[in-house]
Amino acid sequence: MLQDKDRIFTNIYGIHERSLKGAIARGQWDGTKGFVDQGRDWIIDQIKGSGLRGRGGAGFPTGLKWSFMPKESDGRPSYLVVNADESEPGTCKDRDIMRHDPHILVEGCLIAGFAMGAHHCYIYVRGEFVREREALQRAIDECYEAGLIGKGNKHGWDYDIVVHHGAGAYICGEETALLESLEGKKGQPRLKPPFPANVGLYGCPTTVNNVESIAVTPTILRRGSSWFNAFGAERNSGTKLFSISGHVERPCTVEEAMSIPFRELIETHCGGIRGGWDNLLAVIPGGSSVRCVPGADIVDCPMDFDSLMAHKSGLGTAAVIVMDKSTDIVRAIARLAYFYKHESCGQCTPCREGTGWMWRVLTRMVDGRAEKKEIDMLLEVSKQVEGHTICALGDAAAWPVQGLITHFRGEIERRIDEYSYRSTSDGAVSDKVLEAAE
Amino acid sequence: MSARRLAQDSLQPASFKFNAANAKWARETIRRYPKGRQASAVIPLLMRAQDQDGWVTKASIETMADMLNMPYIRVLEVATFYTQFQLQPVGTKAHIQVCGTTPCMLRGAGDLIAVCKKKISQQPFETNEDGTLSWEEVECQGACVNAPMIMVFKDTYEDLSADRLEEIIDAFQSGEGDKIKPGTQIERINSAPFGGLTALTTDPNVKKAQSSGRSNNTSKVATAKSTSRAGSTKPVKAAPVANLDDKNRPKSIEKPKQADDLKLISGVGPKLEGVLHTLGIYTFSQIAGWKKAEREWVDIYLKFKGRIERDLWIKQAKALARGGREEYVKVFGKEPR
Repeated sequence: MLQDKDRIFTNIYGIHERSLKGAIARGQWDGTKGFVDQGRDWIIDQIKGSGLRGRGGAGFPTGLKWSFMPKESDGRPSYLVVNADESEPGTCKDRDIMRHDPHILVEGCLIAGFAMGAHHCYIYVRGEFVREREALQRAIDECYEAGLIGKGNKHGWDYDIVVHHGAGAYICGEETALLESLEGKKGQPRLKPPFPANVGLYGCPTTVNNVESIAVTPTILRRGSSWFNAFGAERNSGTKLFSISGHVERPCTVEEAMSIPFRELIETHCGGIRGGWDNLLAVIPGGSSVRCVPGADIVDCPMDFDSLMAHKSGLGTAAVIVMDKSTDIVRAIARLAYFYKHESCGQCTPCREGTGWMWRVLTRMVDGRAEKKEIDMLLEVSKQVEGHTICALGDAAAWPVQGLITHFRGEIERRIDEYSYRSTSDGAVSDKVLEAAE
Repeated sequence: MSARRLAQDSLQPASFKFNAANAKWARETIRRYPKGRQASAVIPLLMRAQDQDGWVTKASIETMADMLNMPYIRVLEVATFYTQFQLQPVGTKAHIQVCGTTPCMLRGAGDLIAVCKKKISQQPFETNEDGTLSWEEVECQGACVNAPMIMVFKDTYEDLSADRLEEIIDAFQSGEGDKIKPGTQIERINSAPFGGLTALTTDPNVKKAQSSGRSNNTSKVATAKSTSRAGSTKPVKAAPVANLDDKNRPKSIEKPKQADDLKLISGVGPKLEGVLHTLGIYTFSQIAGWKKAEREWVDIYLKFKGRIERDLWIKQAKALARGGREEYVKVFGKEPR
């Protein structure tokens, strides 16, 4: 188990002071000037050396991403955009950073902005996080007042941070959709290339990073990249905020070392599975967009990018959704299909039409009102959505469905059998017939 | 995606105007974006218009377009694309947004929706008879570890039961919604586990000694770049040294005829195996029997920073000692390497 002294987010539950004074007492904003003085290459080397992989879901190495930004400006400004559009079902870690520990994010913004040569930073907070946005704005105002950021600040790097917000669109968590939204348009993803590092916000070089990726950087610099690298398996280093929801005894958000086995994570922090370990049905380990894993396969699996990838799932945002045997798994996944149908931006046909189609078929399968050949058809359609859209929402919509069919095909077939067994020659709407008979 | 249209003309007011405070706020907000990029402010401005009037009217859309020098259609696109904008009047005292996505569904969001149907109206977006309350099912609101939850205007109410939701709805209906404390509705600290902390139980405030140690590290010293920074930063106290004569050193044995292949333990390579042999460690059962102090000694000796615990050496060694590869597979679900 990770010890408190190795936790980066020391006020994630909001027990302690949330002000600048409290943050400084907890060791934040300490030695920041020293990092800036060592130059941007040094910072990027440290982040690369720490093995930090982006915490927004895809796990792209953060230091590498920063190094894509132009070293010399061609006259255009560079921008850092922080993705605080946390909308992935199951995920609620950035919310706690913003409302309880916002200063570490602000400090991270300055350091990351400096490392990529940006003087401007936009933090795009999802529209529903009103109180979180207010808390973050308070922290930024405090930093302006204390001369930590702003023009002519103590760190010798002019820096402005603007808190922007969305209005309830999951798709704006996709980086190019976020940029569109930030420019005042519908949040529809852009084709890549050009990548944001070349043509991003307002046509200028831009890097979009997740809140947690930015917020861990000051501590990495303070304690050294090898400290961070010491946690977790190889290529999966660091500590990570896990948010565990669903059928555990005590759901919570907690910072743990990467690669912690699933069982240990649940036993240590969540008081076990509701009804005991034998009652575990399946787990969605990384937010709704990854495939579910049957309980038996995951109990001893280390929670990191590569180990979960081996189970054809993923760490995603480390939002662990636990389902016990009371769960109607088909309905649970059908609800996710509805989510993707609702959140598809409508730009690409496979996703716009496919998400609705998959949802409708799955809704029938919940009751068993389907034919068995439709299971393969559903799988086939999900494969036609996957990889055929501009952004990853199409993939994200397809994977939960694929996970369901891979692991729970038997359950779907059982329902179809049961339904047709009960049907009569008058028609298949057996429930009504049965009710009438009673 | 969902098709969203503006409310019918009969409901639309003739004009929209920000009140003085909001107009001032709007001017400041527009100034925060680069020159010529004022369109960026469209979402914040529309949201403020909604806060002021309760919903987004056609007149407000046109007013925003004029303020931001945008074509009407562009603002209309934004208003219809983003689902937080209410395009028709909602309950004046409360618009209950119930999260219905899977994490909340698993913890009983269905019961909350049933309460809304019973107490407010059968259909979402339909106000109750006196127009004070309405409800809708929304997608994930990002409070999944506090599921199930609702949002009313700017605040969330979490860890709800059906009974508690009824009380909350009643409070809003009688105009006393502000008396309900937002956030979790049970005995719990925000997103920490119910029943007591499992992490962050120690005082996070750093001591003076620690911060002075840090500033050394951050000063621009040439050696700081070349040497490992972790060594100088991490330990609060001086790095402990493992003494070979220490009483906590695990007992060594002579090399047995049949030494175990320690490399089967994930985390032990040929080099480490050699080091363990020099310590007189040859079998799984030896490792399996290490007590806490002994584990710590080895950890310090190997400069591991806790890897023995993290890699579960003891559990691995126990399994291997008990039944070799087969037992390992049973316990860990995979072959030892």
